Amino acid sequence: MGSLYTALTNIQAAIKPNDPDSAFLFLKLFTVSDGTLPSFTVFITFLGPLPGITLGFDAINSEQNKGTLSRILSQPIHRDYLLNAKFTGALLVIALLLFSLGFLVMGFGLIAIGIPPTAEEFMRIILYLTVGVFYVGFWLNLSIFFSLKFRQAATSALAAVAVWLFFSVFYNMIINLIGKALQPSAMASTHQIISYQKFMLNLLQFAPSELFNQATTTLLIPSVRSLGPLTMEQVQGTIPSPLPLTQSVLVVWPQITGLIAATVICFALSYLVFMRREVRSR
Amino acid sequence: MLQAVIELTGLTKQYGDFTAVDSLSLTIRKGEIFGLLGPNGAGKSTTILMMLGLTEPTSGSVHVCGVNSTTHPIEVKRKVGYLPEDVGFYEEMTGVENLIYTARLNGIPTQEASAKALLLMERVGLGDQLKKKTGKYSRGMRQRLGLADVLIKRPEVIILDEPTSGIDPAGVREFIDLIRRLSREEGLTVLFSSHHLDQVQQVCDRIGIFNQGRLLVDIDMENISREGKNLEDIYNQYFKEGGYSYK
Repeated sequence: MGSLYTALTNIQAAIKPNDPDSAFLFLKLFTVSDGTLPSFTVFITFLGPLPGITLGFDAINSEQNKGTLSRILSQPIHRDYLLNAKFTGALLVIALLLFSLGFLVMGFGLIAIGIPPTAEEFMRIILYLTVGVFYVGFWLNLSIFFSLKFRQAATSALAAVAVWLFFSVFYNMIINLIGKALQPSAMASTHQIISYQKFMLNLLQFAPSELFNQATTTLLIPSVRSLGPLTMEQVQGTIPSPLPLTQSVLVVWPQITGLIAATVICFALSYLVFMRREVRSR
Repeated sequence: MLQAVIELTGLTKQYGDFTAVDSLSLTIRKGEIFGLLGPNGAGKSTTILMMLGLTEPTSGSVHVCGVNSTTHPIEVKRKVGYLPEDVGFYEEMTGVENLIYTARLNGIPTQEASAKALLLMERVGLGDQLKKKTGKYSRGMRQRLGLADVLIKRPEVIILDEPTSGIDPAGVREFIDLIRRLSREEGLTVLFSSHHLDQVQQVCDRIGIFNQGRLLVDIDMENISREGKNLEDIYNQYFKEGGYSYK
């Protein structure tokens, strides 16, 4: 709500002449902010992991501590059904949450500014929300994994929150530190500077929030055409116009793949730990 | 001889250097009530877990109803009802709802399941607690509900791990009577694990005394009573010989 309010109050200021994005006014509802309150996308990037962690952190260990795990697993069901059910159930809740939030912002925005979204804008928002579900799904899987690993629900919750804090606060600091240490001198060749830039970007992309951020930016700001450095030759001759949706998706395809891969890795780890584990009562 | 329902051959389970179950071989026949008797930490629960495929043996094999529990646990679990020690239920649901949930997991349609659940609640003596959430149950009531939970799937074999802990003396008697009756009427095979000599004596046809992962002796209760011996004497005899004093 807060971010919608800031977006609405700033939307006039956001329209600048000659802005290639001005055709996508509706998308600005999600990204514009004047600095007092963060925008919708920033909210999701920063706080989105929390519902994921909340829904997953006690998935398995609470069953174990209540004594229901051994009772359920002595029924004729496969072990992976339990993990799958825990995951899909929570993911559905998350998808519902994100989509209803997104549609709320769209609905209120529609009432307030009176300009309906174009089909492409609508598609971009849907895609953005879908990527958001994957992003929160990653945190959900991570916390399910922790709930398998740690017997105490409190330990697994703290571990998941620690990872979240690390990536959202400390990771950037560490990257900056490494960046400073490795910075090429002012006399360095272009080649060196570019490889340095690429290296830093790669480091940055280890954080799931950064992957999500980049995906978001590209999907919701159609004029973004590259996430890495571009040389003068590449820029030369380009028209400062928004990219079509398919091209934007193409730009963030690696990021989306990375997010899904991280989710799948967590899930696979949970399988590995759970499938052959001994299940005792309490 | 009747058909073997549970067959253990050379079963061994090691945790690091510690051997919990040591090359155990045992056959339990259909319709029998077999008592697994032994002190705490004798390896009774580990043996049971291996029968259900909830943990893997280090070596040896387990066959329940002719099916290998380690490689095909699902088929085994379809036929075996297991009541773990200190069983837990979903606390925000009532006893009946918990039973229906188990029945659904076993592929019994909801309507049939709810009729059966009510019947079983009556049978285990919880007929007056239908509306109570299991979070409010006492330990003994949970144990009774656990028995109903085991029976709702119509098992061929039931495995009870210390089932009487937390039940009051009158309840224990009812519990034991119920098990005996079920075994007689429906031809259920029962594996009853306990460290209470008197209960084992009351309920079992055959007992195995178990210590430190080994089966010390496997005797018919009929033989014991024919020879005019007491189970306690036999038990004490084994634990003195083994240099282990059981109090």
